[in-house]
Amino acid sequence: MSLSAPEAKPNGFLSGLPFWRPDGWTIAALVVAGLVATPVIVVMASLLVPAGDVWRHLADTVLPGYVANTLLLMIGVGLGTLIIGVATAWLVTMCQFPGRALFEWTLLLPLAVPTYAIAFTYGGLFEFAGPVQSALRDAFAWGRGDYWFPDIRSLGGAILVMTMVLYPYVYLLARAAFLEQSVCVIEVSRTLGRGPWRSFVEVALPLARPAIAGGLALALMETLGDFGAVQYLAVSTFTTGIFRTWFGLGEPIAAAQLSAALMLFVLALILFERSSRGGRKFHHTSRRYRALPRFKLSGSTAAWGFLACFTPIFLGFLLPGGQLVAWTLETASTVVDADFLVLAANSVMLASATAVIAVVVALLLAYGHRLRPGPLLAGATRVSSMGYAIPGAVIAVGVLMPFAWFDNQLDSLMREYFGLSTGLILSGTLAALIFGYLVRFLAISLNTVEASLGKVTPTMDGSARTLGLGPGATLARVHIPIISGSLLTAALLVFVDVMKELPATLIMRPFNFNTLAVRAFELAEDEQLAESAPAALSIVAVGILPVIILTLAIARSRPGHWSDKSVG
Amino acid sequence: MDALTLQGVCHAYDGELAIDSIDLTVGEGKLVCLLGPSGCGKTTVLRVAAGLEPVQQGRVFIGESEVARPGASTPPEERGVGLVFQDYALFPHLTVTENVAFGLKGRPSVERLGTPKQMLDLVGLADLAERYPHTLSGGEQQRVALARALAPRPRLLLLDEPYTGLDIHLRNQVRDETLRVLRMAGISTMIVTHDPEEAMYMADHIAVMRGGRILQQGTPSELYNAPANAFIAKFLSDVNAMHGTVEGGKVPSIFGCLDANGAAEGVRVDVLIRPEALSLSSEGGRPATVAAVRLLGHSSIVTLAMDDDGSELRARVRGMDAPAEGDKVSLALDKLQSFVFPCADPTSDE
Repeated sequence: MSLSAPEAKPNGFLSGLPFWRPDGWTIAALVVAGLVATPVIVVMASLLVPAGDVWRHLADTVLPGYVANTLLLMIGVGLGTLIIGVATAWLVTMCQFPGRALFEWTLLLPLAVPTYAIAFTYGGLFEFAGPVQSALRDAFAWGRGDYWFPDIRSLGGAILVMTMVLYPYVYLLARAAFLEQSVCVIEVSRTLGRGPWRSFVEVALPLARPAIAGGLALALMETLGDFGAVQYLAVSTFTTGIFRTWFGLGEPIAAAQLSAALMLFVLALILFERSSRGGRKFHHTSRRYRALPRFKLSGSTAAWGFLACFTPIFLGFLLPGGQLVAWTLETASTVVDADFLVLAANSVMLASATAVIAVVVALLLAYGHRLRPGPLLAGATRVSSMGYAIPGAVIAVGVLMPFAWFDNQLDSLMREYFGLSTGLILSGTLAALIFGYLVRFLAISLNTVEASLGKVTPTMDGSARTLGLGPGATLARVHIPIISGSLLTAALLVFVDVMKELPATLIMRPFNFNTLAVRAFELAEDEQLAESAPAALSIVAVGILPVIILTLAIARSRPGHWSDKSVG
Repeated sequence: MDALTLQGVCHAYDGELAIDSIDLTVGEGKLVCLLGPSGCGKTTVLRVAAGLEPVQQGRVFIGESEVARPGASTPPEERGVGLVFQDYALFPHLTVTENVAFGLKGRPSVERLGTPKQMLDLVGLADLAERYPHTLSGGEQQRVALARALAPRPRLLLLDEPYTGLDIHLRNQVRDETLRVLRMAGISTMIVTHDPEEAMYMADHIAVMRGGRILQQGTPSELYNAPANAFIAKFLSDVNAMHGTVEGGKVPSIFGCLDANGAAEGVRVDVLIRPEALSLSSEGGRPATVAAVRLLGHSSIVTLAMDDDGSELRARVRGMDAPAEGDKVSLALDKLQSFVFPCADPTSDE
């Protein structure tokens, strides 16, 4: 609605609504939010459908086991990641010992290893016929049944492998929080008579608590969403239950209801994370930053510090990575053929398409919110980014059910009126799969794009607008060139997550369509571990990219660390 | 024809009224200053004129075209208004020349290529044409922003606190430079500032704002010589404040009776006296003792204890003419520079 002369016509029915006018940005944002919310709504709505005998059967037989295993898994992984993540973050940030600078970023490397990949490399390493037990038998001349060895295919094994690749979430956020803390509050604590250890417990740790809780919540969301590792290690949780009910029993409604029950765990996690943050955003009272004076460890303490940092890297990256390399060397000549290249191409194609769409949609939402600040678009943006908390299997169920319903309705309609069958149009297509990925990973691109848009001052929008550019042209000529680096980062992060994704792909992929992740998992399930290694190793190699990005980002994040050398 | 006209304009942020019934005109080729303390709504007036905020009441004209009324607003890109922000908002990914050429998209190529150079010559930055904004000093950045806003030859130029980012020495130099550029461009301009000295130095016309309203507008000398209330008198210059009561149409003071300025009989009034209205001599005025002397350079501020009632007054004298502390002096008042306002004025306390 614009006018340029006094005689322009009055603006009709909209004149009563000067604060809200439907425009392209708002409508687009609401549509995206609605689409992203659909799977969750479908899953939750399934609770209203009576499932009858199947559900009663599940509740009587397997459900208590799912709940118990899921809870124990969360407690175990939660404690493990908390201890390893916080301890290593504190050591590399506040202490000085040999190897510290290297550990700073190598501690993130296990993040590159998907849970299913570490699960089956550990399975291969520690099974009866594996190299570890074989070596023990050779060394001590034991036979079968002469000795006790912990079974990797157990709840304990699942906790171990997941802890070893998920602790970096806690490490990452704890370290960022420790770096942000002004050295002054620590020094004040020291002058008030607290030693370095007491200062850590009484000052630094409470200040970092919201960040640590955030990292823990992320690690636990991954734990809840995992399918490949628990399936391979034969631990029955909600995700394996959803698969069994959907594919084994052929009961989509019951599978959706299991998904809804799993969502309650996710909800509890989100509430936990919110409450640990809510009202407790600590403001840094001092604005002075200096290079942190690190506490020097020497002799045996230094050795312990080194060991404390090296062990998680060894168990979470070097050991599984090394085994994958060994297997790959063994089998690459037979496995890496034309079919393998097709798998890789499929993975790359899916990941690139999702990455581009996710960045474009994120830009649309974030810029729309900037143009029309207000609760409506803020809410739409929040809804659109909730998918990250939802397990891939749940999203798959929530996407497939409405798509299948739509296909069936259309098919019967076409049959009735035109006598032809349309078959499946949406479900079981790449479009459905990419839509599922988008629901799950939009939050990643949205967070990155929002943060970088925030750094373009609003006065630049104002300048561009008064210089004659409309909103779209301003986006193209001012915002996108300024934030192009962050857009690339966002796309890369989404790309890697799609490459690693397993459960949603397993459920939603078109018939006979495979990706690297799916192939690696299927071969491992058939105990062809060595043959699965090249695909898994490719995924790990791609997964190292975001570790590099995160390392660079965290180094820049500390105020006064790089740019502000004159201060202090 | 006037470049900008605001008629009864109101704007609210989230239901909170930021500006209320603003009537303001920027005449062709004139420089108007919107002057007021921070938070008085002056920047909102500027944003409304640029089209960055809608109006909830009133109308806005640029030249003869109506550009805003409730529910309808010409977007900023179609208004032909130049705007220089307080932080300059130079585009960091573009060179100086590209920044200046930014608003010339769609113009004939002669203009697209020629104008940026002319503008940079005008502001004296031709040497820096290929540099990026972050390599420039604050004063240079301000001049680039000015050149960028002027390049599309806007109907009206708006400047938001253009000198606050600069240190005091640079500020005077940049201010003179900006005035020269604006005169050469002959453009109608509205400047928002909180600095009364800056406003009086630059403006043809000043509008003083407070609490979202315009309290008084006029030429700098009209405002300075006849402030409409105590707030404006105090805002435009340092004053000595005393109290009095109207008796027989006059306000008695130690300097004799002052004009009551229309205040009713028996009303308590503020008597505001500028330090420069008080002159020191050896005799002929009221006796006082020098309590303190502060040399400011071009002038000195002398604090005096009046022998009549012990009250303290500050007088401004030429830098080197200051007496010594403890001297007995005689103090006379220039009644044209003293002002009487009723105390009931709610704005008189601040």
